[in-house]
Amino acid sequence: MQNTRLVETLVGIFVAAGLAALFMLAMKVSNLNAFSDVEGYEVKAQFENIGGLKVLSAVSIGGVRIGRVSSIDFDQEDYEAVVTMMIDPKYNRLPTDTSASIFTSGLLGEQYIGLEPGGEEAFLKDGDNISLTQSAMVMEQIIGQFLFSKASEGAEAE
Amino acid sequence: MNTFQQLGHNALTAFQRLGRAHLFLFAVLAGAPSLLPRLRLLIQQLFSVGVLSLVIIVVAGLFVGMVLGLQGYNTLVDFGAEESLGVMVALSLVRELGPVVAALLFAGRAGSALTAEIGLMKATEQLSGMEMMAVDPLKRVVAPRFVAGVLSMPLLAAIFSAVGVMGGYFVGVGLLGVDEGAFWSQMQSRVDFDEDIMNGVIKSIVFGVVVTWIAVFEGYDAVPTSAGVSRATTRTVVYASLAVLGLDFVLTALMFGEV
Repeated sequence: MQNTRLVETLVGIFVAAGLAALFMLAMKVSNLNAFSDVEGYEVKAQFENIGGLKVLSAVSIGGVRIGRVSSIDFDQEDYEAVVTMMIDPKYNRLPTDTSASIFTSGLLGEQYIGLEPGGEEAFLKDGDNISLTQSAMVMEQIIGQFLFSKASEGAEAE
Repeated sequence: MNTFQQLGHNALTAFQRLGRAHLFLFAVLAGAPSLLPRLRLLIQQLFSVGVLSLVIIVVAGLFVGMVLGLQGYNTLVDFGAEESLGVMVALSLVRELGPVVAALLFAGRAGSALTAEIGLMKATEQLSGMEMMAVDPLKRVVAPRFVAGVLSMPLLAAIFSAVGVMGGYFVGVGLLGVDEGAFWSQMQSRVDFDEDIMNGVIKSIVFGVVVTWIAVFEGYDAVPTSAGVSRATTRTVVYASLAVLGLDFVLTALMFGEV
């Protein structure tokens, strides 16, 4: 009888350890706990070029992540990309003239939206538009411009 | 002409075995609900299939995670991206190495034991003895082992991945000096619960079904002699390992191949 009790206890420990491992994977390793079922308010912004921005990319202000990109669309009338952001409701004091730019973290890192607060008294609400935007910097364009300016400098020197 | 006859005979035997294996699986699944009033049998098997495999899984997971940490660091540090070490270790463990290596170890540790045990029961006519006493050996012997294997496999794979991540953490953060906050935060921002972890769990359930099925079938279908049982045990390890690796490719293509 002692033996079966030991076996049962060990099986119980085994199952508990397996479930604990799964739980640890869920909470510690994956992003289940952070913004997974995003609640918040939506703000839209139009960009000429969004570069490598993706759904779920971070939206940050002063380096602090306050939300995520929830969808990306293309407006066929203005020929611009429309990015919808889901902002955490506790950050509800963003001025209406906040500007949005697309930055790259590090030289080759992921792209994210950086917000820069303005000075208006009124705050952004659900469904509002951010009108001041700055597109992503596309590496190929910058290199192209650089080469072009170098070449024209060379031509002037001659 | 004789060669052709032999060839055809071999093919027919192979098909017959394949068919028998599937009918056997249905019979075992049909017998599984009769386990409910006899949970003690299942617990006994969970012990010998799951708990006894725990040591090899934990040790292997720890070392696999540590090696991933070392090798990943050496490659990533050239690009100044050693903060991504956590992502690399976690994704390779959760998506691939956890389910696959755990299933291979499981086939070697528990699958071979299942085959040998059932094969010996058959060789010593214990199975026929049960039938004489109107006890269905599929329900009494095979079903608890099958269900225990299917239940153990995802748990073992999860333990393997979790221990492996800890191993990568010890090497990366402890020995090589990767920033601890970046290690975890990058991991959390890139590893998705549904996409990565649940797919890993689905993989390990599939592997559990396949490995245990092959093991109990080879045992039940073994030639009832000592040589037959030893051949069946070898076949279990070979077939189960090949099935795991082949299925892993198919499952990966279905889950992650967005081509």
